[in-house]
Amino acid sequence: MGKTTLVKAVSEIEPLTTEENLTVAGIGTDSLAGVENKSTTTVALDFGRMTFPEQSLVLYLFGTPGQDRYWFMWDELSRGALGAVVLVDTRRLQDCFPALEFFEQRGIEYVVAVNEFDRGFRYTPAEVRDALTIHERVPIVMCDARDTRSATTVLISLIEHVLLAVTSRSV
Amino acid sequence: MMPFPEDDPLLDADAGPVVRPYSVTYGRTRPRSTLDLMTMLLATGRTPPHMEPEHAVALDLCRSATSVAEVAANLQQPVVVAKVLLSDLIAWDALIMGAPTVDTPDLQTMKDLLDGLRKLQFASDPDRSEDPDRGGLRGG
Repeated sequence: MGKTTLVKAVSEIEPLTTEENLTVAGIGTDSLAGVENKSTTTVALDFGRMTFPEQSLVLYLFGTPGQDRYWFMWDELSRGALGAVVLVDTRRLQDCFPALEFFEQRGIEYVVAVNEFDRGFRYTPAEVRDALTIHERVPIVMCDARDTRSATTVLISLIEHVLLAVTSRSV
Repeated sequence: MMPFPEDDPLLDADAGPVVRPYSVTYGRTRPRSTLDLMTMLLATGRTPPHMEPEHAVALDLCRSATSVAEVAANLQQPVVVAKVLLSDLIAWDALIMGAPTVDTPDLQTMKDLLDGLRKLQFASDPDRSEDPDRGGLRGG
C-alpha cells in the first residue's frame, strides 16, 4: 500500500508498470496453451528511475507487492539491489512480515518506512518496532509516501544504513 | 491469413498490445541469455534481416542504454516476453548487454549515490523551491 506513490514521488519518469507472470516462473513450460490458461495471475511491478548526472549514476526503483506468494520476484529484484525499503501501512502492520522475513533470511539490508496517512493510525517508531519485532539495528523512518522530500529521506536512510552495514562488516 | 480483419480499429498504442503476449515469442517463455530486470542493453547499430515488429520496437528502445525493466514497461509486455525478444536481439548481434548485476555495489558508488540524494533533497526543500539544480536533475 503506497509503494506506487513512493516510487512516483521520487522517480523522474512517470512510474511504469509492467507485469510478471506467476505461472511462467512456476511451471517453466513452453506450452502456450498452459500459459494462457493461467494468464490472469499476473502481478504489477512498479518501476521508477532517478538520474544523478553529477555522479554519473542511475538509481532504479522497483515496487512489488508484499505478499509472500511474490517471493520469486523479490529474488530477482534483490540480486544486485543496494537494499530494500519495506513500506508499512499502519492499518495493516502484519502484512509486512513476509517481506521482513525474506530480507532477514537473505541478509539484504533494509529500512522500514511507516507510511503516515492523514487518517491512518499513528504509531511511534518504537511501537512499530515492538509490534513487528524489528531488530534495533534496522532503522524505522516515518514518511509521507506522496511527498518527494519525505520519500527522498527514506532513500537516504536506506543508503546510510547500507553504508554503515558494509563498513562495519569489513572492519 | 491476415492476423486481423482490416476493419479492426487498432489505431495506435492506446489500443494496447496488438497481439497476445506469448504470440510474439512464439510461445517461448525462456530467454536465450541470462537477463535480469536491471541488465543494461545497447543497440549495436546492426539491424537483423528478419525480425518481428516487436523486435524492432524493442531494438529502438535500446538506442541509448536501457534496462530490461524499462523495455518491458515500454513494450507493455510481461517481463518474460521482453526478455525473450531482447535475447533474440542479442543472439543476432543487434544488442549488447552490460555486465551482469553485481552482488555488492562498491563503497564509492554508494557514497556518490548518497551525495546525489542529499543534494536532491536539499534542492527539494520547500524554502528553496526555485533552486535551479532541481530543474537540472529533472531535465532530459
